Amino acid sequence: MKGIEIDILKLIEKNANLEVEKIAKLLGKSIEEIQELIDSLEKKKVILGYSTLIDWAKVLDVEEVTAMVDVKVTPARGVGFDKVAERIYRFPEVKAVYLMSGAYDLSVSVKGDTMTEIGHFISEKLSTLDSVLSTTTHFVLKRYKHDGIILQDSDEDDKRIVVSP
Amino acid sequence: MSQMSYVSKQVKDLKPSGIRRFFDLAAQMEDVISLGVGEPDFVTPWNFIEQSFHALEQGYTSYTENAGMIELRREISAYLSRNFHLSYDPSEQVIVSVGASQAIDLALRAVIDPGDEVIVVEPSFVAYVPTVKLAGGIPVTIQTKAENAFKLKPEEIEEAITPKTKAILICNPNNPTGTFLLQEELEPLASVIKKHDLLVLSDEIYAELTYDDDYTSFAAITGMEERTLLISGFSKAFAMTGWRLGYAAGPAELIAAMVKIHQYTMMCAPTMAQHAALEALKNGRQSVEDMFESYKQRRNFIVSSLNEIGLTCPHPGGAFYAFPSIEATGLTSNEFAEQLLQEEQVAVVPGNVFGANGEGYIRCSYATSIKQLDEAMKRMKRFVEKRI
Repeated sequence: MKGIEIDILKLIEKNANLEVEKIAKLLGKSIEEIQELIDSLEKKKVILGYSTLIDWAKVLDVEEVTAMVDVKVTPARGVGFDKVAERIYRFPEVKAVYLMSGAYDLSVSVKGDTMTEIGHFISEKLSTLDSVLSTTTHFVLKRYKHDGIILQDSDEDDKRIVVSP
Repeated sequence: MSQMSYVSKQVKDLKPSGIRRFFDLAAQMEDVISLGVGEPDFVTPWNFIEQSFHALEQGYTSYTENAGMIELRREISAYLSRNFHLSYDPSEQVIVSVGASQAIDLALRAVIDPGDEVIVVEPSFVAYVPTVKLAGGIPVTIQTKAENAFKLKPEEIEEAITPKTKAILICNPNNPTGTFLLQEELEPLASVIKKHDLLVLSDEIYAELTYDDDYTSFAAITGMEERTLLISGFSKAFAMTGWRLGYAAGPAELIAAMVKIHQYTMMCAPTMAQHAALEALKNGRQSVEDMFESYKQRRNFIVSSLNEIGLTCPHPGGAFYAFPSIEATGLTSNEFAEQLLQEEQVAVVPGNVFGANGEGYIRCSYATSIKQLDEAMKRMKRFVEKRI
């Protein structure tokens, strides 16, 4: 992949909202060229989507619960963990699934409106899958940093003096 | 109350910095977008800060050697070798200072006898001329020409040299112009300097921030190592301005002279800052490169925006300043900067504070977020459109 494509990806990874015109100016290229490259990156599924990181905790009346579930499974012949992973990641409640080294096999992140809802999903859907041997559920109490972004309210103001030599 | 003024004549005669006056104006206003800042917008990378915490917890709160911790001087020497192919003995040829500014002061005091002349290349960092004067020297300024993109020419040095000339102070890449002299442009300058047996005080604080071409230190030019004092520091590329940590590397005799002044006037650079700098040199490469990439993109952005607005601006090769001409507006530098601040709350620095030949220009620092830069350019566009 060309350096310029990497530059584009790095810019929009941090800010998916950055206009093509600005990307072009920052990288010293034409708008058309940047648009073409982005289109092709989308087509090649290098760019998979543009999502917005929202601090739902700040929105009144919206309570959201996340659990990280450690899942032990029996891998299946020929497909290893992939088949059972797919059975799990197809559920819309599941936000992330990773195959892990160490004490358990799959790390599953589940989101719901309440703890009861998540508990219900785990006991009814996840644990009952044939290849799932056991689950250990950890509820998230507070998010400090997510995907490289610090979620705490901190004083990010420019602390420099206004004019300096 | 005593009627006697205790302030020395020399200090009374020093002109207050034009930046100061402008700072006072800007500081009174609210919601100012500042392109007037001569320092990075990044906070010091966390691992440098954390290392300093650790050193403090371990009880490193006492003085260090006068010249700076030997581990740090070794790392500085290794860094200069790795990045710029220079070779300095850390025990005799490197001194750690309180910012590059103090290294410049020490160097000038170490070399100037009363009446010696030091050449200063304008537009320049505002401290050079006063620092020469305070050291008892006579500053002789060269007014580089806009048509040469403010690049210093060998014949300009020749013209400025007198029998009293001792040294020449050069900043490359330059604050405020962003002008960057390449190896082939330094070589003819070096010939003149060698011919007249001058010392070069080479301020290379922006050496890491050159965007299109490779950097060559003055000290790396053949025959220049023994007549160059390289001055640099951690403020710019490492985003450590407030830590006040710089260094100089050069001929052992000169470094020893600087250490002598340093031990009487400063003792040593702050210990906790030296520990942070050690971490910066050992494990700071990725942070420096990330910031570099960001400055480069913002330079592209501001230069193309300024030119679109009608403020012609050559591509600055280094540092983080654009130095556009404001000729199209018919305003002086001061008028432009003051009116822009009043009408659009954007702070820039009038070019004339950096030397007479900076008149007709403004300095815009692009060490600020893309969002802020974008807004500043919109406001400047509106401002300029009313005047042309």
